[in-house]
Amino acid sequence: MTFSQRSEPFSVQLGDELPHREFKPDNVQLFLYNAILWNAHRIHFDETYTTEVEGYPGLVIAGPMIGDWLHQCVEDWLGEEGRLVSMEYSNRIAAYIGETLHYGGNVIALDSDSQEARVEVFIKNEAGKIVAPGEATVLFANKE
Amino acid sequence: MKTLLSNELLENIGSQSGPHRELVTRRDIKKYAVAVGNLQSKYVEGDQAPPLFHIALFWDVVGLDALSTDGLSEDPLLPEFPLSRAMAGGSRIDYIRDIYPGDWLTATRTLTNIYEKKGRSGPLIFYEVDMEIINDAGELVIKEKKTSILR
Repeated sequence: MTFSQRSEPFSVQLGDELPHREFKPDNVQLFLYNAILWNAHRIHFDETYTTEVEGYPGLVIAGPMIGDWLHQCVEDWLGEEGRLVSMEYSNRIAAYIGETLHYGGNVIALDSDSQEARVEVFIKNEAGKIVAPGEATVLFANKE
Repeated sequence: MKTLLSNELLENIGSQSGPHRELVTRRDIKKYAVAVGNLQSKYVEGDQAPPLFHIALFWDVVGLDALSTDGLSEDPLLPEFPLSRAMAGGSRIDYIRDIYPGDWLTATRTLTNIYEKKGRSGPLIFYEVDMEIINDAGELVIKEKKTSILR
């Protein structure tokens, strides 16, 4: 595996915060996501069914799409400076179309010998509640 | 303690589905990257598959008559559990090798564990499904462990 070289070293400190980014998915995005998966679960596109039969307040944002945003949180921060090697996450509470979510996180462990960092990430809703927590391991590129 | 898990149910531990072999295409990578709002050009242009792309690659393509009214299909790997309401679970994914258009990948899923825990409002059943994805050289590309909870 090769990593791109950069003249300035990518300096990561314990406790560093990852940037925040907002997501406000609409019906179109949710449809396209489930279409590429081939996921026909009605709670993601049939609003009448979702509210009247299943009793949800609105169309349910797909859990793995929220999981994808946790991955993007790490990779948007990491860029080409290293590689995401593992991610552990869960979908804790449901989120619905119309909500604005955002990602964020911070560096919780650093090992300079193995060039490895552990990063805690989250997706939160407008109320500040964690919708999906995650923990990732990244390996930084060798700067030699 | 009385258990919900019969020996017959537990005998399903170890059962497998697959192998499923699929081709990674630039077009599918682009669609996936656009749909999730990915900002990185290597993914949006389809030069490399982003993490979690394997979810789209290996989602079961079943016939319309295999979908129930809620739009879901039965997972052939799973036995009938005595609890049916799904709660949020979790995943752990190890990304071992990068994925590029043109790669043929093969996924095998294994039901690796079924266990019971006492929840606040009654018993919970946990089950774990491992997915192993290899390339045509037989090298491990992705390993995923998914834990699901029923109440």
